[in-house]
Amino acid sequence: MIVRIKFFAILRERAGTAGATKELAPGSTVSDLWEALRRDYPKLDVPGIRLLFAVNQSYVTAEHKLADQDEVVFIPPVSGG
Amino acid sequence: MFRVTEQPLNLQALVDFVTAPEAGAIATFIGTTRNNNEGRRVIALDYDAYPEMAEKELQRIGADAKNKWPLCRMAIVHRIGPVQITQASVMIAVSSAHRDAAFAACRFAIEEIKKTVPIWKKELYEGGELWIGTQSGQPLPGR
Repeated sequence: MIVRIKFFAILRERAGTAGATKELAPGSTVSDLWEALRRDYPKLDVPGIRLLFAVNQSYVTAEHKLADQDEVVFIPPVSGG
Repeated sequence: MFRVTEQPLNLQALVDFVTAPEAGAIATFIGTTRNNNEGRRVIALDYDAYPEMAEKELQRIGADAKNKWPLCRMAIVHRIGPVQITQASVMIAVSSAHRDAAFAACRFAIEEIKKTVPIWKKELYEGGELWIGTQSGQPLPGR
């Protein structure tokens, strides 16, 4: 299956791109995707950062199982206002 | 009205939106960009957002507020992109029959925005920049 990733804020700067697609084995989780992306983008890991996860614009847990064509976003600490 | 926009914000547009014949109160909040944070002299701010989800989260905040208080209407607009010092980054307007609900919902909305809405603020300094909340970026030498 293929999932689409969007990068924002510090993660976009670290990845050097606003988006990517990734082929994953069926049954892969958000956590599995993050591990794969860390290999693709070695600078993605920000020490001490606490990430949240969104799939198709809703918050999910790291154990959430992904589906083909899901839109996945890793959300650094928000700081709106 | 729950939106993110790259355009300068206009409070009157939000007030007009929440104006309702059954309302006896309209409370508003304006978040502005200031020139200092934790001892740093800030030159400008740059906001990034995941716009589709940010608008969904703003709508969720509006729905939660309506469940908590008897409100008439609510509007939240957050600016993204570069925002100069003194300009507004977020505006909230709430109308209700009586003032207590409008004040409370306005306060609730700004606190929730800071917790769950995927919007990120980068502070720009002379010689450095910092994504707030990540303790990373390129802080000034010696910090």
